[in-house]
Amino acid sequence: MANIISNHWQELLTGLGWTLLSSVLALFFSLVIGSLFAIMEVTENKVARTIARVYIEIFRNIPLLVITSFFYLVIPLYITKVNGFTAGTIGLTIYTSAFIAETVRSGIQSVDSGQMEGSRANGLSFWQAMRYVVLPQAFKLVIPPLGNQFVNLVKNSSVLAFVAGFDLMYQANNIASTTFDTINSYMVVGVMYLIITMPISYYMRYLEKRLA
Amino acid sequence: MKKRFRVAALVAGLGVLLLSLSGCGQSLSKQNVLQNDKDANTINWGVKADTKLFGLMDVQDNNIKGFDVDMANHITKHILGKKGKARFIQVTSQSRIPLLKNGNIDAIIATMTITPERQKVVDFSNSYFDAGQSILVPNDSNIHSVKDLNKPGTTVLGVVGANSVQNIKKVAPNARVLELQDYAQALTSLKAGQGEALTTDNGILYGMAVQNPGFKVVGGTFTREPYGVAVNKGQEPFVKAVNKAIKEMEADGEYNALIHKWFGNVPGFNYKELER
Repeated sequence: MANIISNHWQELLTGLGWTLLSSVLALFFSLVIGSLFAIMEVTENKVARTIARVYIEIFRNIPLLVITSFFYLVIPLYITKVNGFTAGTIGLTIYTSAFIAETVRSGIQSVDSGQMEGSRANGLSFWQAMRYVVLPQAFKLVIPPLGNQFVNLVKNSSVLAFVAGFDLMYQANNIASTTFDTINSYMVVGVMYLIITMPISYYMRYLEKRLA
Repeated sequence: MKKRFRVAALVAGLGVLLLSLSGCGQSLSKQNVLQNDKDANTINWGVKADTKLFGLMDVQDNNIKGFDVDMANHITKHILGKKGKARFIQVTSQSRIPLLKNGNIDAIIATMTITPERQKVVDFSNSYFDAGQSILVPNDSNIHSVKDLNKPGTTVLGVVGANSVQNIKKVAPNARVLELQDYAQALTSLKAGQGEALTTDNGILYGMAVQNPGFKVVGGTFTREPYGVAVNKGQEPFVKAVNKAIKEMEADGEYNALIHKWFGNVPGFNYKELER
């Protein structure tokens, strides 16, 4: 393991960088998009509800690899050029946002409906009530499942390897196939994924304790 | 304090587990593969299943067909006799050496070039096919040879684990190289415009050009790539048996018949040069 690290630390660092970048981008956008669809799902507006339902059901039930390949191989044929990193990150964002939407929706719905009614009765608009009363309580409730989604997102970012997105898994494949030291190459990368995901798990647990 | 200790113990335990795992996998090399195969009357071959002309899955009858597959069948018959069976296991450039090392396959016959780096981890038979690296581009491309690739902003597609990727990095150091999972995906990526050219051995590229009229092989070959049958280290009897089989096939015309069968009708490919 030591010689893999000392001979290939540059590739490993590059991989770590791309994996982190992709994860952070996908995390941010999927949280935003996911929350948006979650709110759409609980609004009174039937059209918004249907759109959200369709989006979530489609992307939650298609494998991530299929979404990513679609952006990498099909979109360039008809619309515009998409490189591997972008295709992978878009795929990750869309896929994870569907799960986050479901998670956040369950959080919103488990906040007592009296909270919304009370806010509305006191003159807040729907959006104000959402923003200041319901969502803060909802997010507190969904921190543990949301943490799971974030950890999954980091692990799922290995899909970038399939579309030559230069991430950790891509580098692992290349190192394994040039050194022929398959076991150690994948072990080093496994440990590197742990280094990213463990702190997320621990931080989420900490947040859960502090806020709950 | 106690909790911190528990975490440290967990991490240390994981480390020990990882180290002990990486020490596994030594015992396979002590077995005699040739003897095992004779006892089982079967040789397990690792072949490509995504490479036209060499090893391609025929979805009509679920058999892998190609020059490598036919070679493997003939070699099996020469080693085990007429009733010997060849079993085919699908491999990619990336998975073939690990699968050989862990004993899933007995030998690799999968468009695999004999290189010094690979000879450190596996043993090769004598060459059974003389390929050379070339490039595949769309018909309307303004790339005419590998020299046109050597400029910044050019992207070349290859396959993880193929030595053509290492070669192109030397020949065209300014180009960006993307390594995809297998040839089918690399070709789809070329169609999607993810790169300007696809590089690998000419035999494989001609196979792609046959299937995809919109693409052509240009610029001739710029390396020599002798393909060999790879087996695990320490299996000298097996290597000798394979070499003997190849020699017999060359002597009695079986080899040339196979070359003719697979490469006789490929436009732009001079199969006479391959005959032995």
